[in-house]
Amino acid sequence: MAERSFAKEVQSLRLGDGAEFRGEGILAVTKALLQSGVAYVGGYQGAPISHLMDVLADAEEILNELGVHFETSASEATAAAMLAASINYPIRGAVTWKSTVGTNVASDALANLASSGVRGGALIILGEDYGEGASIMQERTHAFAMKSQMWLLDPRPHLPDIVRAVETGFELSEATNTPVMLMLRIRACHVYGRFTTKANRRPAFAAADALAAPSRDYSRIILPPSTYAQEKEKIEKRLPAALRFVAEQQLNDFIPGEVDDIGIVLQGGLYNNTLRALELLDCADTFGTTKIPLYCLNVTYPLVPQEWVKFCSGKRAVLIVEEGQPEFIEQAANQILRKHDVPARLLGKDVLPMTGEYSVDVLRRGLAEFIGRWAPQLRATQPAAPAREIVETPLVPAARLAALIPARPSGLCTGCPERPFFAAMKLLQREIGPLHISADIGCHSFATLPPFNMGNSIMGYGLGAAGAAALGTEGGRRAVAVMGDGGFWHNGLTSGIGNAVFNRHDDLTVIVDNGYSAATGGQDIPSSRAPNEHRAGNNTIENAVKGVGVKWVKRTHTFDMQGTLKVLREALSTGFRGPKVIIAEGECQLNRQRRVKPLMKKAIKDGKRVVRERFGVDAETCTGDHSCIRLSGCPSLTVRKNPDPLRTDPVAYVDNSCVGCGVCGEVAHAAVLCPSFYRAELVYNPSGWDRFLSRVRGAIIGALQQRSERKRLQYAL
Amino acid sequence: MPSERPIKLTIAALGGQGGGVLANWLIGIAESEGYIAQTTSVPGVAQRTGATIYYLEFFPQAAATAAGRDPIMALMPVSGDVDCVLASELAEAGRAIQRGLVTRDRTTLIASSHRSYSISEKSAMGDGAADENQLIELVGSQSKRLILFDMEALAEQHQSVISSVMLGALGGSGVLPFRKAAFEAAIKKGGIAVKTNLAAFEDAYQRAFTGGDGGRATQAEAAATGELSEVPTQARSPKLQPLLDRVRRFAVPVQKTALEGVRRAIDYQDPAYAALYLDRVEKVAALDAKQDGGSDGQWSLTEAAARGLALWMTFEDTIRVADLKTRPARFVRVRAEIRADAGQLFGITEFMKPRVVEMAGTLPAGLGRWVLRSPGASSFLTRFTGGRHVRTGTVSGFLMLHILGGMKRWRRGTLRYQEENGRIEQWLGRIAGLAGTNYALAVELARAQRLVKGYGETHERGWRNFSTLVEKVDELAVRPDGAALFARLVAAALADEEGKALARELAELSSLAVVKVALERARA
Repeated sequence: MAERSFAKEVQSLRLGDGAEFRGEGILAVTKALLQSGVAYVGGYQGAPISHLMDVLADAEEILNELGVHFETSASEATAAAMLAASINYPIRGAVTWKSTVGTNVASDALANLASSGVRGGALIILGEDYGEGASIMQERTHAFAMKSQMWLLDPRPHLPDIVRAVETGFELSEATNTPVMLMLRIRACHVYGRFTTKANRRPAFAAADALAAPSRDYSRIILPPSTYAQEKEKIEKRLPAALRFVAEQQLNDFIPGEVDDIGIVLQGGLYNNTLRALELLDCADTFGTTKIPLYCLNVTYPLVPQEWVKFCSGKRAVLIVEEGQPEFIEQAANQILRKHDVPARLLGKDVLPMTGEYSVDVLRRGLAEFIGRWAPQLRATQPAAPAREIVETPLVPAARLAALIPARPSGLCTGCPERPFFAAMKLLQREIGPLHISADIGCHSFATLPPFNMGNSIMGYGLGAAGAAALGTEGGRRAVAVMGDGGFWHNGLTSGIGNAVFNRHDDLTVIVDNGYSAATGGQDIPSSRAPNEHRAGNNTIENAVKGVGVKWVKRTHTFDMQGTLKVLREALSTGFRGPKVIIAEGECQLNRQRRVKPLMKKAIKDGKRVVRERFGVDAETCTGDHSCIRLSGCPSLTVRKNPDPLRTDPVAYVDNSCVGCGVCGEVAHAAVLCPSFYRAELVYNPSGWDRFLSRVRGAIIGALQQRSERKRLQYAL
Repeated sequence: MPSERPIKLTIAALGGQGGGVLANWLIGIAESEGYIAQTTSVPGVAQRTGATIYYLEFFPQAAATAAGRDPIMALMPVSGDVDCVLASELAEAGRAIQRGLVTRDRTTLIASSHRSYSISEKSAMGDGAADENQLIELVGSQSKRLILFDMEALAEQHQSVISSVMLGALGGSGVLPFRKAAFEAAIKKGGIAVKTNLAAFEDAYQRAFTGGDGGRATQAEAAATGELSEVPTQARSPKLQPLLDRVRRFAVPVQKTALEGVRRAIDYQDPAYAALYLDRVEKVAALDAKQDGGSDGQWSLTEAAARGLALWMTFEDTIRVADLKTRPARFVRVRAEIRADAGQLFGITEFMKPRVVEMAGTLPAGLGRWVLRSPGASSFLTRFTGGRHVRTGTVSGFLMLHILGGMKRWRRGTLRYQEENGRIEQWLGRIAGLAGTNYALAVELARAQRLVKGYGETHERGWRNFSTLVEKVDELAVRPDGAALFARLVAAALADEEGKALARELAELSSLAVVKVALERARA
């Protein structure tokens, strides 16, 4: 079960005609899909579209009522291939993932889908993970649209516009026999807003209809000679159809201004922030009335030449607000205007930065430069208006601020089962020296950050083992690859483990099995052990690994650090030649707590005997070296002022968020750290025996303690 | 183009602090009060304990209706254009200032004055925490209005969560044009822990209404812990009056430290041990007197030696650890720390992992040395090493520690004692040698005691670093900048576990020496 439950929110998916929907952008997309009569949906979770998958998973009942098929796909490639159903049948389908990483994975299927063309509407909803908060390398989805001839929608971050984009996306797809991509930036996915709903539509054509009367058309198969015909069709039929549709349906917006000799072209997704920047420059008001004409591209590929000619004709200068690089739109626009002899001067990446997110601050600076150069009178007309663009200089110099305010990188959660594993890896490297560690995508990626600082490269989801391939067969010290269970099922089983078997690697792959696709929000995967009425879990990683031919497989529980260390040492020193796999198990603590906490609360309330464990540090014996923190980094293990007036270094301290996972004790033991840690076992609803024992112990211990105290009190100063 | 503008609010929080819950409450409140509301965030991986920001805008529905259009709301805060920043932690308030979100012409800054340390701060080998007073000074200087108090403490006091307190502080600040009842309704509608959340909300509302405490409670708390106590004129036990009199004969800047040293030596061993402590400090003080207590008359050398000596002479051997773990005060402290309810039963499990070295250290010196030399004896003892879980709340567990703690009467004969005692004498000898020639370096050497701390490998690393530095003393003693260089070496030794920084500094020092020698030769 996912980290966040949408059980309550999914009820708004049932809203009928004319009702008001309130919620997150990504939920609005889900509602729009149902309003559009989608027949099947698939995808792979990942910020910022994880919630779309979670909502759909929680909406299984509603989907069933409507006859919509929903899958949590094994990977983005699986999801993209699912759209094949729309090639032969007039059936609407949608898939979703995090872009560009997911789009990279899906590209094989997407390229073939785009070549074949579709009959039913095929919509690809992409969470564009770019800018602040992104967790991936910085690239644009735009390139995929261009290379495969798919259309790219970039709606305004405003719920009614997003919903309209979903609906027209299907229509565009069907009108042009082309898959359509709908990209949503991170904040647009999470933006809270409202829109007026329509009733859900049952899919007009269902899977059963397809299976009852299968349709086949060789011209849709991506083999020659069809592929040549398909390429021609893309350019000669589908592209012109798309240009017609976009223009006729007025998918892009022309917003008039006070002046007509300059203008701004912008991506739809940047509309709100651009308008705010203009407002701060006194060139627009709160409601979007603007002094400078705008051409808002809600469809960023293909570009419609006539629209560009229309907008740019008669203008001295036009600024293109296009986020990311390369500046595809700017390049294409220059070509369009050149071919049509439109003399307007195009500006873009010369006043705005080539790289990075276009925050309002960035836009404000770029727009100020553009307006200052081409239409300074627009800002001079109202001298009375407050000069809002002037940012007050902080009283404290930037360098001092940077030195004073500590960075706060992400890290493993309190009680994370991966913590003891990486602590063990750290201790292991102290013993045997540094290792080459090929890291992977997942929560375990955080091990590349302090305090663990390990991992030499990350090649992509499930590619940890593959990333060690070139180093896998050398003699001497063995390379270590780390992979999560999510990445393992995504592709690591074949790309990493199968490959290592076949190519006779001699390295070690550790598969961190926390039971979920934890980093994306705790979704279930094939090896998940928690009960799930809609999915078939409990397919063990061990069986899968053995199935592809690994002979050396060991399992260890991460909280058994000594055991983990032993098996790690063995894997790196054994005479056995061939790939070695260690499955390091420990359930994701977020999921575990979600399950265990209510049960414990209930048991305590019901008067049952419950023992709750948590850890603590004796400040008197802690010397403030913080070795324990460097081996753990647990959020609940922190420091506080040293109560000892003779010492200045802060002492370690376990705060109240401790879940008693046990790693502190394990680390103290495995690293021979210090005797300051203790575990407290709190007893709720003690039994009679508990009380009796406690009284006996209290009496004996109390007597001994009193005797010692008396001795000590002889010498009071 | 003037038109009514939205109210802009930024919530700066840490992953897992409930920033999302707070944002949702505010959306509900705003809508119930006739406002159009928008919120966005970039959760993603920042949710996992990192710094994260929620951004909200509110706009009166009436104004939108009058205009016949909805306002265009931005998706992120803009520097210089935020009406209110609500920060759940002190450094996050600082970060909001760093990002330019807090400005003196418009921003009300509402922040909790407590600290949640980042990994870099808490994993430092010494004190890596950001300066709290500087942070408080910073947040106090940058905003139009500041409401600062310890929201975490308040949340805890009401057994609530910090998001309820933050909501209360926001309500009480009056920044938003929403009625108090609307805030309370949002909490009630949430339906979770309504009673405690409302109590926390109310308390925070009142505190914010009166402007908070400017972080004074946090500052006071920081200053209060670890304060040395005043020196009395009369010892509580008359037998100890001679020791107290000796303490009182020291220069004033040394007295408090020496008193603490005496107390600790008695607690650790006995009054005779405290007398030994005083003998040693007096020797240093005599040398210090020849220097008139240093150039500033602060008796820095004696003070540093008294402090270092108090800690070194009460080194944490197994006997000491067992003694401290069995005291009644400790049981009381644990009860408070684990938040056990009144009268609730609890057990304590200690994690001990004695190694052969520690076992031999507790044996009589001769026997201990023999054990360490004899492979047979060592390997025999190995059987008893390894992780031990000692349950101090049980009679057997307590007895074991109690007996071990009681062994302090034989401590002076143990191997560990003799080793440490030798090291202490050597260190004091070095200090004495330097006092007359390079006072500043002698002070630094006295302070360097703090390198030797911890247990097991940590202690060994500390001792190794300390020894390396002591070797450099002669070389540095002749240099006028010797003390500063030594202090740099100490800082480097505390910079990283692997000793990289120290190695770098040492290499630089020796290359400097080479250059110096070369220069002198050239001059000659």
